[in-house]
Amino acid sequence: MYSYDQYDQAMVDARVAEFRDQAQRRIDGKLSEDQFKPLRLMNGLYLQLHAYMLRVAIPYGTLNGRQMHALADIADKYDRGYGHFTTRQNIQYNWIKLEDAGDILADLAAVEMHAIQTSGNCIRNISSDHFAGAAQDELVDPRPYAELLRQWSSFHPEFMYLPRKFKIAVIASDTDRAAMRLHDIGIQIVKNEAGELGASFYVGGGMGRTPMIAPNIRSFVPLDQLITYSEACLRVYNRYGRRDNKYKARIKILVHELGAEEYTRQVEEEFAHLLQQGIEPPIAELERIRTFFEDPAFEDGPKTIDRSDPDFALWVDRNTHRHKHDSYVSAVVSLKPVGGIPGDATAEQMHLMAELAEQYSFDELRVMHTQNVVLPHVKIADLHALWTKLDAAGLGTPNLDQIGDIIACPGLDYCSLANARSIPLSQKISERFAANGKQDILGELKLKISGCINACGHHHAGHIGILGVDKKGVENYQLSLGGSEAEDTALGKITGRGFDEAGVIDAVETVTDVYLAQKQGEERFLDTYNRIGMAPFKEALYD
Amino acid sequence: MNILTGNDLKTGAVVWWDGNNWSLNIEDAVDVGDDAEAIMAREEQSRRVNVPYAVAATLTDGVPRPDHIKDRVRGLGPTVRPDLTLKPDDPSAITEII
Amino acid sequence: MTNLIRLRDDAPVNDPVADFEACCDQSNATAVRIEPGDDARALLPFLDRLNLVEVNFPAFGDGRGYSAARILREAGFTGEIRAVGDVLVDQVNNMKRCGFDAFAPDAPLDADDLETALNRWPEDYQAAADASTPIWNKRHE
Ligand code: HEM
Ligand code: SF4
Repeated sequence: MYSYDQYDQAMVDARVAEFRDQAQRRIDGKLSEDQFKPLRLMNGLYLQLHAYMLRVAIPYGTLNGRQMHALADIADKYDRGYGHFTTRQNIQYNWIKLEDAGDILADLAAVEMHAIQTSGNCIRNISSDHFAGAAQDELVDPRPYAELLRQWSSFHPEFMYLPRKFKIAVIASDTDRAAMRLHDIGIQIVKNEAGELGASFYVGGGMGRTPMIAPNIRSFVPLDQLITYSEACLRVYNRYGRRDNKYKARIKILVHELGAEEYTRQVEEEFAHLLQQGIEPPIAELERIRTFFEDPAFEDGPKTIDRSDPDFALWVDRNTHRHKHDSYVSAVVSLKPVGGIPGDATAEQMHLMAELAEQYSFDELRVMHTQNVVLPHVKIADLHALWTKLDAAGLGTPNLDQIGDIIACPGLDYCSLANARSIPLSQKISERFAANGKQDILGELKLKISGCINACGHHHAGHIGILGVDKKGVENYQLSLGGSEAEDTALGKITGRGFDEAGVIDAVETVTDVYLAQKQGEERFLDTYNRIGMAPFKEALYD
Repeated sequence: MNILTGNDLKTGAVVWWDGNNWSLNIEDAVDVGDDAEAIMAREEQSRRVNVPYAVAATLTDGVPRPDHIKDRVRGLGPTVRPDLTLKPDDPSAITEII
Repeated sequence: MTNLIRLRDDAPVNDPVADFEACCDQSNATAVRIEPGDDARALLPFLDRLNLVEVNFPAFGDGRGYSAARILREAGFTGEIRAVGDVLVDQVNNMKRCGFDAFAPDAPLDADDLETALNRWPEDYQAAADASTPIWNKRHE
């Protein structure tokens, strides 16, 4: 994986010094909260329901054991012994003190990490495929392109005060594991007919209150123009994105209002101009970055497991993913124990994951947008030993992509913008479906919960989505069906009137019962929904 | 009644206006009546509190109970981590605020 | 102007400042002020006669002026580009990178803080309107 040279380190160190100084000026009263807020947000520091919250960037979700250990140490030293992994492959701490923030950033910088641009109206952490560099189906490893974009977007002088936040995802396979088309810019690395690599640009996707799927605006940008093209996309947005209404400020609204064709025309015009400016990094830089992502030394070994322990076999079937080397798999560490808090990990669990990565996965971990953690390169021969240790630490729940593998935002338990709690709902649903045994027969079913319309929990993209709404001060929940954030990206449709907490849990069960009754052959929930439509579900829910 | 809350500037802790100072306990919150704006402006200016706001509440068993669930959660802590709330030893505290 | 900070050596431009529309209409203005919504490219035909472009920031969070300054520099404008309005000390370095070389903030900037801010960054990752060599070029020199 990528490691800093003296330049990267100098930039991150300078940022620590800058933020220390900014925080001190705030404490001394030289900065008002209005002036300080954008500065702290650009360093990932929010003020939440109970305390300050710090969001630490995990660029394209990749980290090593030492970094995971450092995240655990921060949880112990400055927080309350745990952290929350997010849908944008980052980690959040919920109980941070402003006076400690500088020290935390310094601790992060010591392990080549930071919180730069993890919030604010700027280009955020670049996300990617959590199986990058390991997946059997990828064209190339997408992360070198994500790293190049990380460097380009860090402290970009023109794009620090965009109309709104800006999220980029990069993938390099036809299977989309990063919700690419639900980002402001989604990039897929592709090959053209001449066999050259390039970038296909999707612009103007997003969730929030007006979810949109990004249209493709250019199917091939040569790699030696990647940054220039990105710059053109951003400049048109910075100049013409709406600033009169925060809810209409995302690039999706600009692309929607102009039309994809007109937006593309403006981008192409700006691109032609910027090509004359010589802003593209030398292609040697991309080559240099690529060397950090070369395959580790894979060895041949056993290609099958001993299935005599059914619990182990089930975990392997559900929580491992096919690797490009047939003696390896990618193993998913579930942060979704039955009844647990999705995405939360204790300091001890983080230390353990770090050790297991060092021991079994070439010192590499990934954070998934589904709030789990991946050990990308595990020898099939080591799986049993790995599973035994995970299981003992409560990290071996065999539920990847099952109804218990719920994405849930922090909701009203932590978030000041929330209408309703998301976490308790996810806990009760996972308990219900584990207890009644239905989880095991439902197969792939992606359930996603957001505590308000901002959609941090990706509810629009859930096969089943739940949205918390405020009904005269009482928590209420809307149900939606049919969303997807994979290559068949789709936005869910609301079933009808909302439910209280107990009601929505029953409603989820009702909906799954309709599926089980109507399912044909190997159909997943989503397939059945797409075939039979909303009506049978509505009927079961409301008649 | 009208009570005031905000966060401590340096620590971020949730605080409530007790008439003279900012307390960690919502039980100490006092009715500020029509003085909310004046107190908040003064206290924010002197940096004794960060982003204060007024909360409508009802006195219940002698204790202010915010009318909105969000501020009740604020007054106690995350309902999913009783161990991290202000009343880790009182299992009924959570059901009372929901 | 008391709050004027200049990063260039020539004498400050004190020409009367026309607004954007007047500048585009009347052909003799030598200084102009543009607002966030104005298209900086509309000034390109007149750059030869302009000594000063003031870019107004009515609110510090509106970043359109950064693009405006870069566009002017990319077109070869060498006159003064002055950021006016709600300009904060934590922003001046990025403004400088985008081509601003003078600042007239509504609220005066603390001299020490300004000095620190302008010298904060040892390097720059990307190319912009200043003469800085990006890190990724230095790596391959
Ligand atoms: C607790 C503090 C948080 C706050 C205040 C917050 C705030 C917001 C807001 C205001 C939006 C809507 C932006 C828009 O539509 O323009 C948003 C979207 C989003 N947030 Fe959060 N969020 C928080 C936590 C999280 C967490 C924990 C995650 C990951 C689990 C997350 C992931 C996202 C995602 C994926 C979106 C949708 C992006 C899009 O609209 O394209 N956020 N957030
Ligand atoms: S979806 Fe709403 S409630 Fe959930 S974290 Fe985002 S802003 Fe908060």
